[in-house]
Amino acid sequence: MKKLLVFLNNYKKECILAPLFKMLEASFELIIPLVVSAIIDVGIAKGDGHYIVRMCFIMVALGLLGLVSSVTAQYFAAKAAAGFGTKVRHALFAHIQSFSFSEIDKAGTATLITRMTSDINQVQSGVNMVLRLFLRSPFIVLGAMVMAFTIDGKSALIFVVTIPLLSLVVFGVMAASIPLYRKVQERLDRVLGITRENLTGARVIRAFHKEEEEKNRFEEGLENLTAMQTHVGKISAFLNPVTYVIINAATIVLLYTGAVQVDVGNLTQGEVVALVNYMSQILVELIKLANLIITINKAVACGNRVSSVLDMESTMPVDASASFREGEQKSPSFEKPDDGNIMVQFEHVGLTYQEAGAESLSDIDFSVKKGETVGVIGGTGSGKTSLVHLIPRFYDATRGKVLVAGRDVREYSLEELRQKVGIVMQKSVLFAGTIRENLRWGKADATDEELYEALQTAQAREVVEGKAGKLDAPVEQGGKNFSGGQRQRLTIARALVRKPEILILDDSASALDYATDARLRLAIRGMKEKPTVFIVSQRTSSIQHADKIIVLDDGEIAGMGTHEKLLCDCAVYREIYDSQYKKSNAAVS
Amino acid sequence: MKKKKSQLQTLKKVLKYIKSYRIFLILSLLFAVATVASTLYFPVLTGEVIDHILGFGQVEFAVIMGLLGKMGAIIAVTALAQWLMNVCNNKITYEVVQDVRREAFAKMEILPLKFIDAHSHGELVSRVIADVDQFADGLLMGFSQLFTGVVTILGTLLFMLSINVKITLVVVLVTPVSLFVASFIARRTFSMFMLQSTTRGEQTSLINEMIENQKVVQAFSKEEDVLDKFDEINARLEKASLRATFFSSLTNPGTRFVNSLVYTGVALVGAFLAMSGNGALTVGQLSCFLSYANQYTKPFNEISGVVTELQNALACAERIFALIDEEPQTPEPEDAGILQDVKGNVQLEHVYFSYAPEQKLIEDFNLNVQPGQRVAIVGPTGCGKTTIINLLMRFYDVDGGSIQVEGKDIRAVTRRSLRESYGMVLQETWLKAGTIRENLMMGKPDATEEEVLAAAKAAHAHSFIKRLPNGYDTVIGEEGGSLSVGQKQLLCIARVMLCLPPMLILDEATSSIDTRTEMKIQNAFAKMMEGRTSFIVAHRLSTIQEADIILVMKDGHILEQGNHEELLKQGGFYSELYNSQFAV
Repeated sequence: MKKLLVFLNNYKKECILAPLFKMLEASFELIIPLVVSAIIDVGIAKGDGHYIVRMCFIMVALGLLGLVSSVTAQYFAAKAAAGFGTKVRHALFAHIQSFSFSEIDKAGTATLITRMTSDINQVQSGVNMVLRLFLRSPFIVLGAMVMAFTIDGKSALIFVVTIPLLSLVVFGVMAASIPLYRKVQERLDRVLGITRENLTGARVIRAFHKEEEEKNRFEEGLENLTAMQTHVGKISAFLNPVTYVIINAATIVLLYTGAVQVDVGNLTQGEVVALVNYMSQILVELIKLANLIITINKAVACGNRVSSVLDMESTMPVDASASFREGEQKSPSFEKPDDGNIMVQFEHVGLTYQEAGAESLSDIDFSVKKGETVGVIGGTGSGKTSLVHLIPRFYDATRGKVLVAGRDVREYSLEELRQKVGIVMQKSVLFAGTIRENLRWGKADATDEELYEALQTAQAREVVEGKAGKLDAPVEQGGKNFSGGQRQRLTIARALVRKPEILILDDSASALDYATDARLRLAIRGMKEKPTVFIVSQRTSSIQHADKIIVLDDGEIAGMGTHEKLLCDCAVYREIYDSQYKKSNAAVS
Repeated sequence: MKKKKSQLQTLKKVLKYIKSYRIFLILSLLFAVATVASTLYFPVLTGEVIDHILGFGQVEFAVIMGLLGKMGAIIAVTALAQWLMNVCNNKITYEVVQDVRREAFAKMEILPLKFIDAHSHGELVSRVIADVDQFADGLLMGFSQLFTGVVTILGTLLFMLSINVKITLVVVLVTPVSLFVASFIARRTFSMFMLQSTTRGEQTSLINEMIENQKVVQAFSKEEDVLDKFDEINARLEKASLRATFFSSLTNPGTRFVNSLVYTGVALVGAFLAMSGNGALTVGQLSCFLSYANQYTKPFNEISGVVTELQNALACAERIFALIDEEPQTPEPEDAGILQDVKGNVQLEHVYFSYAPEQKLIEDFNLNVQPGQRVAIVGPTGCGKTTIINLLMRFYDVDGGSIQVEGKDIRAVTRRSLRESYGMVLQETWLKAGTIRENLMMGKPDATEEEVLAAAKAAHAHSFIKRLPNGYDTVIGEEGGSLSVGQKQLLCIARVMLCLPPMLILDEATSSIDTRTEMKIQNAFAKMMEGRTSFIVAHRLSTIQEADIILVMKDGHILEQGNHEELLKQGGFYSELYNSQFAV
């Protein structure tokens, strides 16, 4: 939370002025009982009507001044809070943008979105409330005491005793109940969990006729919740009565002391009235303060969550040289024969994901020549995607190194490296906008000709031509207005627009039928500046014509070579092939 | 009018829930009245005390001591009444919430799946959780606040009138101004709040889109462009947020100022009355009035807030009651038989079914399955293969015709005995929060350890379970949490392997399992299906070819029915499908 306060730096002026004006307003409020006491002691006692009118004008003037300073304070508070929220949002969004895939995986997108939205909103309104009230309430409480001292020292001592006592009760009850409220929340979450489970699993629960059991489970959770709520309720039910007793008992003592003081001529009637008024001002403010503390508590919790995201450091600094300094010796990359023919090279690469025990990839070692097509195949979880994600450096290899065009990927700036790579991911995503805007993600200044060329290769020309507005046809968020296959072809086109040196198709033809898939592969092979292509697939048919096939099994290379070679000497490959081709054999027979 | 009427009905239902707590409700109201009355009486006594503290040597201690004693008693009464009121309110609120939730959940368990399928689960959950809370807080607390507020206003008026009519008039006439101020500001700020929330919505949607697809953004090095777009919205949000926050925060100073006017008015008129000296008003009474003037506007401001809260709460209540009043699935006939000794005879006679009346799906469908036969259901993705499962398991009832198991209409037997006769593995894997063991034993709570292990081994789940931190006692989160989709699927298969009912329904969705494990599972499936009637949503050619009956579906309709050879010979949709998908 403390770290977030940095974002208030630009609003120092507002942060000082807002509470200051609030205190000014409070001071005017504190003067009122004195004026009333003067009306009683001077005006009424001496029968001076003019004096009374004058005093009433002063009261209205004080009210007006209070209004003006309060409005000023609200403005500064709102300005600081809105500015603060904006700055934090910007910083957090920019920070998330700098995350490497590891951090995104670790934090989870749903969490990040909550941090960006509701958490920051809570913090923002917390800042606003604090600026407005946090100084005002204690100021009035203490101010009332100080004012009491100016009237009569002896009576003021009652304030000295009452205020700590009240604070003790108010904050004591809060301190006792806040952790309990957290428990209530936990139990409510459990009830919520059971409810959701019963909806998503309705079929299974009914298939296993578990309805009664689930009802009992729910009832148990429900009773736990109610018990805890009742428990907390009992504690907080004390707050109002007890504070009421303290304040009014203090008033009784105050009246008695006042009576004695008046009797001996130390105090006037009006002053006693003023003292009683100060006492009742305290109660109102303490209750406000208690509510405020609850708000602050929530805001701080949210703030801590936000700053924990800000604290997550990107494991992949953008500054290339900086990261490379941490790397091993610089020499090996220069030892390579710089014939420029090797496009991608993995040197004994290992990859361990953060917080994962075992390596997801181990000892991956291969090289690919410029213009070659590489197929990557293997079962679920065998590391296919991890392997290709190392090329544009979405993750850093934890062992060994990855070289692109003879240079360690960590030597490139991220932008330079990713400019060379066109990647089509498993999940085909389009963004809200037009088709043209989406395609230009690949190359910001691409001409229509370039776009159509890419669309042609990606077998997506007809998708665009089938839409009203062609390239200007709108794309809804997530590309909802396109079918899975259309989206997939458009994302392929998007990757092709930048004419990448390396093209990675990560299982990205899965929604295409065999014929289109085949035409796509043919078109890529026929491109003018033929890229080095990586095709990740579960289908042997998609990769069997590749120059080189890498067979992954449980993160290790189980075999490498051409289709024919692998059929002979790679058991894993043969098994995959057979499992898919038995049916075609059967169909033939 | 209609809205009013439905609100009235909702209120009636609310009353039904409160009925069993009516004693607490009455007590709560009584305590509220007591609290208000004694709270208001306190300033009167304070005033009287002050009137007996006139000045130097003019203090009547005997009277004052009596009054102070009375005040002490009043404090005790107030505190007690307030505490008891709180206790009663808590009791009512929490118990009603519990009752409503219990009933809502019980209804959920017997709702037709049609309802559950048609509603977003998140929305239903929020009815049971958030709406119930809001309803209880808003309606019950709101009601008690409203009641206290009204009683306070009336009480204050009464007390004030009993002391002095003229000053009372001053208070009554000026106070409404603060209400005008509040509602004026509220109306003016509404559009600003709208702007703030639409801008916020715009930003949230951008955040969603970009963070969810962060990987694509990075792959194309688009971080800066996206940030620019974000900042543009952010700047607009800052402006909107500043305006909304600032203008809405004017309410308090505004009403406070009006309040100070009331206060000044009371002081002015009161002072002159007191000065006139004919006993029209004493100084003590003036101080009492001043304290009333301070508090009088408060309930007004609160009430305006409470009214919106009440309306909100009523809307929430309406949503919950809509769920509770939802038509449950057809109840079981009292003489419902129990399916016993199921061998696997399943007959569908003249079955008609559709999800929506205007879109006919299954019409006059007949099927006769002998014990041990395999029925494969094939067709392109999204063709409605699960419809058959829905009907067989009686998740949905047929619209016409009948489904019979062992010659008995499935509507004439208990759902339990029908569903117990089937083992089901669905494509969407669902596991409950709990340990692996609990999940496996779902269908057979009394299974022995050996049986559990055997089932897990048969489903090829044992090896990965063994490697989990706590083996079979590893707690998996809701929706299977940390497990991969493939692993969850293996667990679902093991779950059925354990209880092995006479008939099987399998969604042969092994898409999330790698090909090698899949082959092993196929073997397990094959073993399981031996001698059992099975319905398989089939994707694999071998399964389809071996099936005794193939149902070919498209767009929810059953197009063809027969075995592999027959269907190929027909040269219909099946042969088309077969040639395009399976032949490479």
